[in-house]
Amino acid sequence: MGDYPSRSANAGTGGTPVTEGREWPAGASARVAENSFHTSGPSGSGLGGGGALPRARRFGAERAFRGLTMAAGTAVLVVIAAIAIFLVAKAVPALRANTENFWSFEGWFPNDAEPKFGIGALAFGTVLSSALALLVAVPIALGIALYLSHYAPRRLGTTLGFLIDLLAAVPSVVFGLWGREVFINPVRDFSVWLNEYFSWLPLFGGDGPFGRSILLGALVLAIMVLPIITSLSREVFLQTPTANEEAALALGATRWEMIRTAVLPYGRPGIIAAVMLGLGRALGETIALALTLGITFGISFNLIENGGNTIAANIANAFGEANETGRGALIASGLVLFAITLIVNITARAIIYRRREFTESAA
Amino acid sequence: MAKRIEASNVTAYYGGFKAIENINLTVEPKTVTALIGPSGCGKSTFLRSINRMHEVLPGARVEGSLTIDGQDIYDRDVDVTAVRRMIGMVFQRPNPFPTMSIYENVVAGLRLNGVRRKSILDEAAEKALRSANLWDEVKDRLGKPGAGLSGGQQQRLCIARTIAVEPQVVLMDEPCSALDPISTLAIEDLMFQLKDKFTIIIVTHNMQQAARVSDRTAFFSIEKTGDPGRLIEYDNTQKIFSNPSVKKTEDYITGRFG
Amino acid sequence: MTTTVTSHRTRPPAQPPTLRARRLPKYVAPAIALAALLVAAAIVYGAGIGGPVLVVVIGALLYLGALYVAANVVEGRRSARNRTWSALIHSAFVLAVLPLASVVWTLVSKGLERFDANFFLTSMNNIGARDPEGGAYHAIVGTLLQVGIAALITVPLGILCAIYVVEYGRGKFAFAIRFFVDVMTGIPSIVAGLFILAFWVLIVSPYFNDGRPGFSGFAAALALSVLMLPTVVRSTEEMLRLVPAPLREGAYALGVPKWKTILRIVLPTALPGIVTGVMLAIARAAGETAPVLLVAGGGAAINFNPFENNQSSLALFVYQQAGDASRYAPARAWTAALTLVALVLILTIAAKLLARRNRLGR
Repeated sequence: MGDYPSRSANAGTGGTPVTEGREWPAGASARVAENSFHTSGPSGSGLGGGGALPRARRFGAERAFRGLTMAAGTAVLVVIAAIAIFLVAKAVPALRANTENFWSFEGWFPNDAEPKFGIGALAFGTVLSSALALLVAVPIALGIALYLSHYAPRRLGTTLGFLIDLLAAVPSVVFGLWGREVFINPVRDFSVWLNEYFSWLPLFGGDGPFGRSILLGALVLAIMVLPIITSLSREVFLQTPTANEEAALALGATRWEMIRTAVLPYGRPGIIAAVMLGLGRALGETIALALTLGITFGISFNLIENGGNTIAANIANAFGEANETGRGALIASGLVLFAITLIVNITARAIIYRRREFTESAA
Repeated sequence: MAKRIEASNVTAYYGGFKAIENINLTVEPKTVTALIGPSGCGKSTFLRSINRMHEVLPGARVEGSLTIDGQDIYDRDVDVTAVRRMIGMVFQRPNPFPTMSIYENVVAGLRLNGVRRKSILDEAAEKALRSANLWDEVKDRLGKPGAGLSGGQQQRLCIARTIAVEPQVVLMDEPCSALDPISTLAIEDLMFQLKDKFTIIIVTHNMQQAARVSDRTAFFSIEKTGDPGRLIEYDNTQKIFSNPSVKKTEDYITGRFG
Repeated sequence: MTTTVTSHRTRPPAQPPTLRARRLPKYVAPAIALAALLVAAAIVYGAGIGGPVLVVVIGALLYLGALYVAANVVEGRRSARNRTWSALIHSAFVLAVLPLASVVWTLVSKGLERFDANFFLTSMNNIGARDPEGGAYHAIVGTLLQVGIAALITVPLGILCAIYVVEYGRGKFAFAIRFFVDVMTGIPSIVAGLFILAFWVLIVSPYFNDGRPGFSGFAAALALSVLMLPTVVRSTEEMLRLVPAPLREGAYALGVPKWKTILRIVLPTALPGIVTGVMLAIARAAGETAPVLLVAGGGAAINFNPFENNQSSLALFVYQQAGDASRYAPARAWTAALTLVALVLILTIAAKLLARRNRLGR
């Protein structure tokens, strides 16, 4: 069973090397080698040659090239370290200057003579909007991915799949603009309707105005991450080995049972990876939310009243007027955002690794 | 348990391409029937038509009539899933579900059919694994992934999975072509035992294998590439391999063709 | 049901008594759909609780429920489930197509309003709130410069890093690099912007700028590099791993040194895939708004110098016009959005076509 194609889930985790070239035609390596034959031997003294074996050189192109690549690898580590160092260095003075509790204070006044700012409401808004967005987007995205991979006629599935891939590349600012100018109208109507009949639920209470709310932001986020999750999970579903699908069908499974027996279990690590990527995008999304949320600084579960804010949107909005402490405060909030996304990423990796062990321990 | 299969004028297409034409053949209950012939002659296509797996491929369709104990399996009112439960299939390459344990693989078919009770499942799993001559090798590691077994064991696991739902007919599509000689022998032994209970139809490229395991042999062939496959001769295995009545069969058996 | 219970001793539990299955006649599903819509309409308008949208929503739910019940009675539970899931999956598709189609439609229809020469040949310099003109020339210049510089930084660095990880790296150090490349993939773009703000704009740039921190297009390029680097490393790594081992071994066996094998044989084989990955990374970077906002500052005038003074970009231009109070701003925002999407899609489509021709697959 070692011949499954490497999954895109592996791509994110850098799975095991897949360089066994069993499919390579027999003469290929020889042919390629001939092409490079004119390059002279390692010692530069003709081809093959006789006499004593030349000694390995201590310095030479090999070492230089190796050193160059290693330097590039090190650069990645340097960048990561620099990110941590510079962000912390700029955040600490601002946090020292803060006269309120950074975690619990609801408000953002870092530019005052007595700076007051707190991350609580922002972090809450970030998590709430992303969670809502995924709650809406994931089932629909998986539905579409299954439709494209296993229900639609093949040609239609391929064409639509390509279009979805393209939509996944559309910049978020476009979705933000659309949400602010177009989508806000149906959402406002919907919010008014919800408020009329369900105002007894705290989620849908309040007296308005409605529209530029967490609901709008979350729905725009959902529509934005939908193509991303769909595109990745469709790819995963398509990679299900045909042999397993046929095995399920040959046991008398209906189409849905075949999907449940063969497709979904096989694709689970890939689905988790796709969802987590979508979550990462949603958590870090700045502009789409800066354009659609109504920017307030309170913790509230009300989804439909104007308001809502996230860490990233707040950075974009408050950056213009920020002074020295203000910038430091925003950088501190950015660190918190980074920490949240990091936790999400690492959790996802851990889940994928654990699930894969069972699947591939012997593959 | 076992049932008779009758094919009359079966023609199968892949889109516009006609893969087999006018196959007429009767398979008796509790026998092993081997389908042999050169590559591309449509024997696998015919096999997949019997449990309606052919139509899974896009654009593929079947004409003519195929009956199991007189019931037309291509009738409009027939439930495809019921056909496939009644006519099980083992594939060329072992294909256990990679995410499932050995035990889960064996009972997968039963679970699909709504059997939930642990005692029934346990009993059926043991029975199927014993029938597939695999029980002794795996009884201590039923919870381990099915993909962890050797190729031959995996194939027997797939056979166990197929017979766990107790079908009437078992189709085998070159079940040994990906296996080493010892595993092949184990599976051939298994076929001898299974034919007491099931009707078995096997596609094979290996003529010694056909001669060893089957009671009846059907020889398929094509005129040239692109032509539909036809049934050339169908008779007792002994007759086919010792004294075939068609010249083409003799050429193929003796290695002068294909 | 009783028959299965009594007979399950004699007949195996998984075997059907007969091949025949009772089927719902073809007209049943549309009939149920129609009835569901009528009932939904009666409920909604009778109680006066909403409009046509609610009718469709309630109608769809009623349809799913009724279909499940009908199929369950006639065809059995398994078939009913199959039908219901099939209906759910199809409706998920319809549900998602509506907003996505709306995005595309609005983008094109509103974007074409200002899709004229004036838009592409003028900047926003001296354009007041009452002027209908004004364009994105400066923003297009900014986007191209920033993305170009970012690519110049990222591509060599990323490819060399991937070569190290795949060909040379062993042990903990290589593992650390791979791990941190993974971590970098998860950096939100705004955090990358903040980093360059803290590092370049606030600390380094004062040395070139008479002691005052200054925004610049180069800073934006640096921020975009931070975002592009992990993508480039990842995709290059993947493509290098796909190069078959016999190819390398064939070269080694002829005494070709490793570095030459990598540069002459491995890289050219993997090249189409690497280019695809780079183009996708560039496409993503071109659409980033937040980092440019933080470190390039935006601006109304044309600025060809990426190392000095504010620069805008297409994405930032869209954002700023969207928040502008002028009644001519939305039209500019939409046209800029259309331009940006066109740029990104051209890159993406080219990358995908290239990937399709790539014989290493993916």
